[in-house]
Amino acid sequence: MISAAMTFPGGVHPPHFKKPANKIPIKKAALPKQVVIPLSQHIGAICEPLVSVGDKVKPGILIGKSDKFVSSFVHASVSGEVIKIEQRPHPLSGLCNSVVIESDGTDEAGFTQQESNADSLKPQEIIDIIRRSGVVGLGGACFPTHVKLTSIPNKKIDTFVLNGAECEPYLSCDHRLMLERPKDIIKGMLLIMKAIGVTKGFVAIEDNKPDAVEAMRAALNSTLNTQHSIQIVTLKTKYPQGAEKQIIKVILNKEVPAGGLPFDVGCLVDNVATALAVYEAVYYKKPLYERVITVCGDAVKEQANLLVRIGTRVSDILQQCGLSSQQPGKIIFGGPMMGFSQYTTDVPVIKGTSGIIFLSQAKVDKSVESVCIRCGNCLDVCPMKLAPTTLMNLIKLRRYAEAKEIGVDNCYECGSCAYECPAKIPLVDYMKLGKNG
Amino acid sequence: MDNVINVSIAPHIKSKNSTKKIMWAVVLALIPSGAAGVFIFGVKALLIIIVSILSALAAEWVIISARKQQISIFDGSAFLTGLLLAYNLPPQVPLWLPAAGAFFAVIIGKQVFGGLGHNIFNPALSGRAFLMVSWPVYMTTWQLPRWNIVDTVTTATPLALFKHKSFGMLNNVTYWDLFIGNKGGCIGEVSVAALLIGAAYLLWKKYISWHIPLTYIVTIALTSWAFNGKSAFFTGDALFFILSGGLILGAFFMATDYVTSPLSSRGKIVFGVSCGLLTFVIRKFSGYPEGVSYSILIMNAAVPLIDKYTFPKWFGKRTA
Repeated sequence: MISAAMTFPGGVHPPHFKKPANKIPIKKAALPKQVVIPLSQHIGAICEPLVSVGDKVKPGILIGKSDKFVSSFVHASVSGEVIKIEQRPHPLSGLCNSVVIESDGTDEAGFTQQESNADSLKPQEIIDIIRRSGVVGLGGACFPTHVKLTSIPNKKIDTFVLNGAECEPYLSCDHRLMLERPKDIIKGMLLIMKAIGVTKGFVAIEDNKPDAVEAMRAALNSTLNTQHSIQIVTLKTKYPQGAEKQIIKVILNKEVPAGGLPFDVGCLVDNVATALAVYEAVYYKKPLYERVITVCGDAVKEQANLLVRIGTRVSDILQQCGLSSQQPGKIIFGGPMMGFSQYTTDVPVIKGTSGIIFLSQAKVDKSVESVCIRCGNCLDVCPMKLAPTTLMNLIKLRRYAEAKEIGVDNCYECGSCAYECPAKIPLVDYMKLGKNG
Repeated sequence: MDNVINVSIAPHIKSKNSTKKIMWAVVLALIPSGAAGVFIFGVKALLIIIVSILSALAAEWVIISARKQQISIFDGSAFLTGLLLAYNLPPQVPLWLPAAGAFFAVIIGKQVFGGLGHNIFNPALSGRAFLMVSWPVYMTTWQLPRWNIVDTVTTATPLALFKHKSFGMLNNVTYWDLFIGNKGGCIGEVSVAALLIGAAYLLWKKYISWHIPLTYIVTIALTSWAFNGKSAFFTGDALFFILSGGLILGAFFMATDYVTSPLSSRGKIVFGVSCGLLTFVIRKFSGYPEGVSYSILIMNAAVPLIDKYTFPKWFGKRTA
């Protein structure tokens, strides 16, 4: 076992803000009266609706699909009636065609909830089940899992990394899952490893979650058979430790080539929540229609890790958790470093939503951009070893081609540079501009 | 409720670090050596420091008002320029001299280039260079520490003694004298001990990195040891050359100026080594006994070039 905490060059140390939600067990959210389910919750083609207004649906019933390879099925999350199919606010991308379902409160499952034997499944059968269950990467990227697991000619994968780093401040949903369902997560991990045909695996967890390390280690010891070689790796707590390129660098000391993907270095990374979704899909035939999210921030009264139905709107969650005396000044989907701020409480939780942070006006960052003093902090913290201020200067002059030449496309917008900048320059804004320029 | 919601691109949290905080931290780190200078040379040194700072703030105010900018003169930048300029002056200069130097430093050294963040040369050092060529006698008249004043007031700096081969007088100067500041020199450079306290604070708080100071000092040590001995090669007194003159002040507080030093760690190493080589060349071969300030100024001009060739290698960059 590797015990010393390992880390990558660069990165920042934002305050954790994990308490108190990380100490509170996961609980089921109240059933919403209405859910808004966007037909695009993933990277890839948007789904076509398979239901019409007036149709009765149940949790787990397929309501949207696409024939395109890179796409992911969408399922109903409550039982009730489809009342509208129309453009609704989406947490990541403006408006999106969405199925609106009015709940009848019965919550009768639309699939057989029965543990089935998964031992005899062939790799392709596992991938098919994952595809039909609409599993996507739950860490936030929402990349369809079945696409990721489908082998690509000439790319031999030999290592699987289960990502339990959870390096974003505030969020603790993955932490709670590792504490409460470690065996199921390991089973999901073994399914993924079987699907891609690898026996070497790592479970990566930051060292600020020692209890999760212990829980996963115990689960691993009780589940593991001799065909697999799986190690728990404790990573130093640092942002963005959970980024897959950094995790691979730390564990395997391999650099994913610029513009490439983990399979270019024979590796595949999945989040712990994704592994759990795979477990539930394969063992229980349960499609991905609910997930655990962290509800936190100083503007919310009851911080929690909630098991919520996909399509539950922010307003419903606020009704349950309550506002503290503070009015929220900012609502963030995801973590504070890479999450998306929302302009309305009508946006729904989607598959990739790992948490909702409600910040009071006082906690909202209102710093004003000032001139760059060339301190070089951004170069030191950039995990991709770019030169953010040099890029910024080119982008301000609209010299986008030169910005691309010095690597702006390698920026995955982790936000470390903008976090650390003493002049409070919104460097990520400039990088986004440069990438689209 | 919806009308008070803030929307912005991530990250939604920022570190507590700020330009102002860094500037005032450097000022704080410079207080021990200023206090040592005043203690060693007397109240006149304090007056020089005050005049220099007030003049720098006044010059900043004049330009900011003329440009109608919404910037506070108390962002620490001008204050720091004034303070550093005073630290680079001998302790007996007339009080109009720091005023003239501070105006030059802030207006010509910094503001004509566009103000904070845009200047090519270290403002305090450009002010010093201006004074050096304009009033060289004032700038090279040194005072003995207060307790050593018996018959004469003036002295030569240890480096000047070395330059003029007055080795006999140097024999009375111990490393300890050089270290604590029992010697002639500029107000803020004289006590190495006090400077190191401030430097340690800046390193501990990570406001500066080791790259420039360490490479600068090591380069001086190696070149001095190899080529600056009294007789043969490799007989030079490295420690003497480190502790004398303005090296410690320059290496930790002037060469590390963010605006006028390279961005990347590799660039900083190139910068530090180059400053060291130039300082050695000036000390050894030029008419000046000391070369720290000119070395840094010359290397300031080379920073864009250094930056261009020392960008960090991207993560995962293909070697084509």
